[in-house]
Amino acid sequence: MQALGLDVLFKGSNLLRLLGGLGKALEISLIAVALSLILGVLFGVLMTFRNPVIRALSRIYLEIVRIMPQMVLLFLVFFGTTRVFGWDLNAEAASVIVFAFWGTAEMGDLVRGAIISVPKHQYESAFALGMTKSQTYFTIIIPQAIRQLIPLSINLITRMIKTTSLVMMIGVVEVLKVSQQIIEANRMTSPNAAFGIYLTVFVLYFIACWPFSILAKHLERKWSN
Amino acid sequence: MANTLLKIENLTKSYDGNVILKDFNLSVRKGEVIVIIGPSGCGKSTLLRCINGLEAIQSGVIKLDDEIIDSKSKTITKLRQRVGMVFQSYDLFPHKTVLQNIILAPTLVQKRDKKEVAAEAEQLLDKVGLSDKKDSYPRQLSGGQKQRVAIVRALCMHPEVMLFDEVTAALDPEMVREVLDTMLELARQGSTMLIVTHEMEFAKAVSDRVIFLDNGEIIEEGAPQSFFNHPKTERAQKFLHTFEFEHIK
Ligand SMILES: Nc1ncnc2c1ncn2[C@@H]1O[C@H](COP(=O)(O)OP(=O)(O)OP(=O)(O)O)[C@@H](O)[C@H]1O
Ligand SMILES: [Mg+2]
Repeated sequence: MQALGLDVLFKGSNLLRLLGGLGKALEISLIAVALSLILGVLFGVLMTFRNPVIRALSRIYLEIVRIMPQMVLLFLVFFGTTRVFGWDLNAEAASVIVFAFWGTAEMGDLVRGAIISVPKHQYESAFALGMTKSQTYFTIIIPQAIRQLIPLSINLITRMIKTTSLVMMIGVVEVLKVSQQIIEANRMTSPNAAFGIYLTVFVLYFIACWPFSILAKHLERKWSN
Repeated sequence: MANTLLKIENLTKSYDGNVILKDFNLSVRKGEVIVIIGPSGCGKSTLLRCINGLEAIQSGVIKLDDEIIDSKSKTITKLRQRVGMVFQSYDLFPHKTVLQNIILAPTLVQKRDKKEVAAEAEQLLDKVGLSDKKDSYPRQLSGGQKQRVAIVRALCMHPEVMLFDEVTAALDPEMVREVLDTMLELARQGSTMLIVTHEMEFAKAVSDRVIFLDNGEIIEEGAPQSFFNHPKTERAQKFLHTFEFEHIK
């Protein structure tokens, strides 16, 4: 225990603090994920429209999100807005905004991809059977798009959960921040704490993301055709 | 003409100014089986798609009984229910089983009783030799089986006319027969059918009338015997010749 630095975990409320930190990270990511899913579906549907203005704007939005490292976005929103615009944006709100901004773009692109992946003759054979546009969308197109979409969006969710570890950079006390604090506080008594604590964090993230991975794999297998 | 079910008058269809069907006229009697042949790109698929209101037309009238088929009208879904169509590409819904594929439109669109439709679907599946496949998904079927299900799916809507667009063209040769047999059986039962095909022997056997189309115009039409044995126009002769081979030994 001592050698691996795991002993620190059981000192005082360290384990609880770590779990609390994980809770904070999950809270931020789940709010951002929820926002991204909803806004992403809207954005994705919007992108299937043929309007050139909508097309250009969404292209730009997507490119910005793709090119810009999340960390830069975080700094930009957190420090930029508070200093320049004088908004009183706390670190957690800034994190949610940045992750939702990112997630919406990625989710939108997945939704767009899923919708256009349904072949044209699926629409036509539904129309040929006398189905209306909305009947066609709700019983033929959307169910097929969702089957495409769910495994991909679950992967996005796990990526978002992992990436929330960045928010400690703007002072959110989440699991990595707590780890650093614990390691600092025990530098003298348990010099190996770093290994034990980060190993624990690894396990915690694994436990948080693993179920999503399994679910994605399961659905992929179930719906493969 | 008595008993005319489908009437096309002066139909013109173009894509971006590119005229595909020119001043096209055709009358189809109830129970008549018409085979449409012609070189690739001559407008055969376009014609069938217009009849089913899948394409907007530039001028002319397409009438089923006395109702005008207009792809832009609100009642087009009503008319499409009366016209069954099977395409070349396998177009079953991949997320639904065979039975669900068949009963979807009758229950959703025609609001018919699910039990009654399912019973009819099973009966039709039995006729095409696929009753054991009703709970399979399309991906588990061969091309020929998929096309037979697609035919059953269209039939279950009780259409007054059936349109077939090269339904065997994408099939492996050994599966062509089972699909053609299904269509022959339909013809025997008195269905009204418009069939686009490259299967000349089948065309001879199934049709009451053959229409040879080139460049969006009817070049020649007639009874299958006279058309295939003594085509009058040079273009028809040339076209039919492409299906024959000279003996080289
Ligand atoms: N959506 C479209 N937009 C523009 N041109 C089209 C479209 N669909 C078909 N065409 C053109 O219309 C012409 C007739 O096409 P059509 O599909 O009706 O031919 P076809 O007789 O069915 O040929 P095939 O035997 O190869 O199936 C072709 O020149 C084709 O390029
Ligand atoms: Mg064609």
